[in-house]
Amino acid sequence: MRPLDLAVPAQLMTALGPDLLLVAGAMLLLVWAAWRPPSTAHQRHVGFASLALALATGLYVISSLYAQRTATEGPIAVDNFRWMADVVILLGTVFAIALTIDDNARQDIGTAESHVLILFASAGMMLLAAAQDLMIVFLGVELMSLSVYALAGINRRSARGAEGALKYFLLGAFATAFLLYGMALVYGATGSTNLGDIASRIGELRLAGSPLLVIGVALMLIGFGFKVAAVPFHMWAPDVYDGAPSPITAYMAATVKAAAFAALLRVWMEAFPAAFDAWRPAVAGLAVATMIVGNAVGLAQRNIKRMLAYSSIAHAGFLLVALAAGSGQAGSALLFYLLAYTLATFGAFAVIIVLSRQDDRPVMIDDLAGLWGVRPWLALGMGILMLSLLGFPVFGGAGFFAKWYVLQAALQAPAPQVALAVILVLTTVVSAGYYLSVVMVMFMKPRPDDAPAPGPTPGLTRAVLLVSVLAILVLGLVPDQLVGLARAGALRATPVTVAPITARAPRP
Amino acid sequence: MPDVPSLFYTFHFYLFGLVAMASAVVFVTRRSPVSAAMWLVVVMFSLAALYVMLDAQFIGVIQVLVYAGAIMVVFLFVIMLLNLGHPAELADARGLWWKLAAGAVGLGLVAELFTLVRGATAAPYTLPAGYAAQQVAAEGAIAPVAGPLFHEYLLAFEVTSVVLLAAIVGAVVLGKRRADAR
Repeated sequence: MRPLDLAVPAQLMTALGPDLLLVAGAMLLLVWAAWRPPSTAHQRHVGFASLALALATGLYVISSLYAQRTATEGPIAVDNFRWMADVVILLGTVFAIALTIDDNARQDIGTAESHVLILFASAGMMLLAAAQDLMIVFLGVELMSLSVYALAGINRRSARGAEGALKYFLLGAFATAFLLYGMALVYGATGSTNLGDIASRIGELRLAGSPLLVIGVALMLIGFGFKVAAVPFHMWAPDVYDGAPSPITAYMAATVKAAAFAALLRVWMEAFPAAFDAWRPAVAGLAVATMIVGNAVGLAQRNIKRMLAYSSIAHAGFLLVALAAGSGQAGSALLFYLLAYTLATFGAFAVIIVLSRQDDRPVMIDDLAGLWGVRPWLALGMGILMLSLLGFPVFGGAGFFAKWYVLQAALQAPAPQVALAVILVLTTVVSAGYYLSVVMVMFMKPRPDDAPAPGPTPGLTRAVLLVSVLAILVLGLVPDQLVGLARAGALRATPVTVAPITARAPRP
Repeated sequence: MPDVPSLFYTFHFYLFGLVAMASAVVFVTRRSPVSAAMWLVVVMFSLAALYVMLDAQFIGVIQVLVYAGAIMVVFLFVIMLLNLGHPAELADARGLWWKLAAGAVGLGLVAELFTLVRGATAAPYTLPAGYAAQQVAAEGAIAPVAGPLFHEYLLAFEVTSVVLLAAIVGAVVLGKRRADAR
């Protein structure tokens, strides 16, 4: 098949097919959502329709993946990396909508627009995964972020939710300013917003050391650092994750991160390969700081959502290791990691939803004490999810291979990142302290006599939990098939030779 | 802009420039936010006139529609919603040092402007004389803006509308009166 010519609107539409389906469907659902007054039944109906739309978009994406179309250079990319990232994003979207339907019913939130906002955010994320132009990257980030700001505060009865949403909004706006300023400087230095053009101009005009470009890249890294909650730009994450409704927290922790990392990787690999030396120490420093701080502070958490927030920060550090490796292999390692992380995170938050009460009280790790005695299947599922987040072999399923592939990418990169790999392994050992403490509490501590039995598991939450646990175990048994696909999703990175970096102290 | 500016042209150019500058000074010295906003409208209109005289008719019209129209209305909305319209209730939050610092920054900008005007601009950053007028004569004032917007940047343009829609939906969902807050 001939490559799509993105300058022709009709062919641009073909290239954007799944995105257009999602946005058009979301707009129709928006009309329906606003048509009737808010009620639990109405949000449920809109929720199921949104679920169907996300699934249909997913099928469209998978068919596009197998169609293997290519396209000319343009504002968006048509490649396997995009489609694989879309699969991860839409998986998170389906999980988030399913959990939101149940969680809205539990908290008596009748806002049917919450599902539409999730769909809009996902449309922004899919654009991010596709974007090959800094303008589209920016618009994708904004579409994603604006929708998620509103989602974080969707429970208007919760003071913590309002606090978290406001914090997220203000710091997110701050991060956007950094990102946009960085993009403006990069445009100023290279005269283009297209990633391919930027790369070739940096090469032709020998701009790699130009202060304008270096400052621009640094500002963009700070902006993305905020979005993925990398240390030292992570301060907002625990409060926001704690205050938002659990399904939205899972969505922010896993899917927003997946989309931001997909865009980050593409921008860095396609636009700045020639400026590799300038940005690699910064990324490596961010990775080290994020792994150490995320895991160390995670140990001290008793509130399980805050614990998972720090776990999410730590995972951003592991993902930054893949980015610092900066090889084509890093792309597939990153995608596999994001898939495993999405599955484990949504599963864990499904358990938290089951354990949450009607009131606004946070779920503590001690609330899980003796869960094995009252809800053995729930405890078993949570145990597997924790082991997967830890990256434990066999029982942790896909989580182990996710870490394995990132390590492999770090060690087999053109410039082996030995120091980063060592820190990754060491901090993983530290993280066992909090993941295994959850497992220990569930299986070994006696249940306090006054602890109320957890309520029944709602149907969709049960389905999400079942799918995520089974998928983790199956992927742990046959990771090769999926890695084959993820490998096909590797980005075409311009090969560059770089000097190995030595261990660096975390940036203050 | 004619190649050799006529007296009529020069007179009006300086007239609008002086009106813009004087209104800007009055704008920042008003105590009442509403009258300050009104003076800002005068600044915007004078700037629009200057744009038109510089053969940027489209930007001039947009200046009036977007800045003097839409954005000023939003300013006034916010002022009135927050009930800031009574100057007597407003304490002057700006201390002496604050004013001095602002004055220093202003002087710095004036100095920068003078240096830029007096120094020769490097060739890549200047357009040949009469370039804008030729463009307008050849393609009209709107086509050079509309072309890239609807060809090269079509996707970005369309995505922007979705971003705005999502922002509106989010704001309405969060701002709507709660069903249970009777």
